[in-house]
Amino acid sequence: MVEKTPLLDFFTYAFLILGIFVVGFPIIYSLIAATLPLEEVSKIPMPLIPGDQFMVNMKEAWSRGNLGAQILNSFIMASGITIGKITVSMIGAFSIVYFDYRFRIVIFASVFCTLMLPVEVRILPTYEMAANVLSPLQVLWDFLHLDSLISWFSGHDISVTLNWCLLDSYTGLILPLVASATCTFLFRQFFLTVPEELCEAAKIDGASPMMFFRKILFPLSKTNIAALVVIEFVYGYNQYLWPLLVTTNPKMTTAVIGLQNLIPQADDLPEWNLALGAAVLVMLPPVLVVLFMQRWFVKGLIEKEK
Amino acid sequence: MIKRSFFKSKYLPYLLIFPQMVVTLTFFYWPAIQGIFQSFLLSDPFGRRSQFVWFYNYIELFTDPLYLKSIFITFTFSIAVAFVSISLGLFIASMANRALRAKALIRTMLIWPYAVAPAISGIMWLFLLHPSYGIVALGIKKWLGVNWNPVLYGSDAMVMIVMASAWKQVSYNFVFFMAGLQAIPKSLIEASAIDGAGPFRRFWTITFPLLSPTFFFLTVMNIIYSFFETFGIIHTVTQGGPGGSTNILVYKVYQDGFVGLNLGSSAAQSVVLMSLIMVITFLQFRFVEKKVQYSG
Repeated sequence: MVEKTPLLDFFTYAFLILGIFVVGFPIIYSLIAATLPLEEVSKIPMPLIPGDQFMVNMKEAWSRGNLGAQILNSFIMASGITIGKITVSMIGAFSIVYFDYRFRIVIFASVFCTLMLPVEVRILPTYEMAANVLSPLQVLWDFLHLDSLISWFSGHDISVTLNWCLLDSYTGLILPLVASATCTFLFRQFFLTVPEELCEAAKIDGASPMMFFRKILFPLSKTNIAALVVIEFVYGYNQYLWPLLVTTNPKMTTAVIGLQNLIPQADDLPEWNLALGAAVLVMLPPVLVVLFMQRWFVKGLIEKEK
Repeated sequence: MIKRSFFKSKYLPYLLIFPQMVVTLTFFYWPAIQGIFQSFLLSDPFGRRSQFVWFYNYIELFTDPLYLKSIFITFTFSIAVAFVSISLGLFIASMANRALRAKALIRTMLIWPYAVAPAISGIMWLFLLHPSYGIVALGIKKWLGVNWNPVLYGSDAMVMIVMASAWKQVSYNFVFFMAGLQAIPKSLIEASAIDGAGPFRRFWTITFPLLSPTFFFLTVMNIIYSFFETFGIIHTVTQGGPGGSTNILVYKVYQDGFVGLNLGSSAAQSVVLMSLIMVITFLQFRFVEKKVQYSG
């Protein structure tokens, strides 16, 4: 820094180490708990020396919590959301930035309006929507009295029910969360900074719009895509409310929600070693993604939110 | 805004924007319209019959002491979370910014809690603050002399969810403060050092004012976080209890709608939340966004 301040430097490092310790403490403590047998973990206070029951506890938690299947579900959901969001929003932003057409402004405004509305504020109607995605069409159908129209034409009584239920399916877990304006907005901002000359040159060389997208825009966006992959994967994996609503079948539950079943309640054996072991295991995938892709994560976080 | 050079095509732009429009319409606009419509209806729990009641649900809502209490709880909770996590985040970030050695390692050690799901943070803090097993609870009982029991006392339960929510958010704030701190020109700091200002004076007169945009932005983001994303924490840790003392608005929407099956009221609550979010977004774009100067 500017001047020499040995005392302050000492406190800086002391506080940093303290800070790192405080931030890491819940995890360290959970890890220790996961290595202890039940008698030890329910001692007051719990000993801070790791035991040797780690593998035993993990195995028990793994089978009791059905973690394998649930982590797989979480993975599918998180990847689906990530890929879906990025694909949908990238081509959407391409359309908004690089084309001139009649409803461009209207479309952009309508997408932009949804920027800050999280799924949490519209849970009930979105749930009803997921229970039958075709319900708007059904309303239209009924409104136009197409039933009686067809009956009249064909001479038979016909009633049409449109039903496509997304509950308890991967589509239901993924699709409603793909709807997000933030990524579209981010790609739009980025495309606007791409030099005009590139598009000009591509046009002179006779490239079609899709060719320009594939050969020029996509390679240029690679770092942005990497950053978004990290952010969206973490977002998707850690979803709570939506999977809680959409899945009732235990086979479709995601890992973060499944953990709830392992928490000891008042009358149960206090098997915190299993609950915490499972918790550490379940949190691992997104934590690893963030740690190994740290550079993109920081970039993505800062760009996305501003 | 559009590029000066653009493509012309009759169908392609519509085709490209089509998926985005389909998901936005089906999962934003249709549910939002449905929600607004439903909030004017009073229906029996089985959804068989419903009656158009104008603003009855809203009047009921705002005269319901439980709802008013929930509003109060939500604001207390979000202000507490924002305050704790922002001040800790700023403190750690300014320390980390001073550190000369092992910067990358320090950053790594501090950012990973961001990736932990709120619900998992909740489980870990539930154990740390468990009235009979938790080590932190033990410390509180011993050193502060408080009869700690979040299962029985509402204020203790509130402290518990604030801790679980703020812990995770510290690393989020840390990342933004680090970016903000690194964007402050070194020359400013050096100039004031030459003028004889010490490290603390420099922090309060230069660094802190220059960070104020980051500060505003983070306040908004943290409040939004504690309004909505903490659902997982409430659901795993307290379920809104004891006695509704941690029943924040989002949790109440869920409880009234999905557990209590009071559809009209739940829809009205959703509409209230939606308007709240819109106001916050508007305020952010109108007042905060202009003054913000991010990296560069």
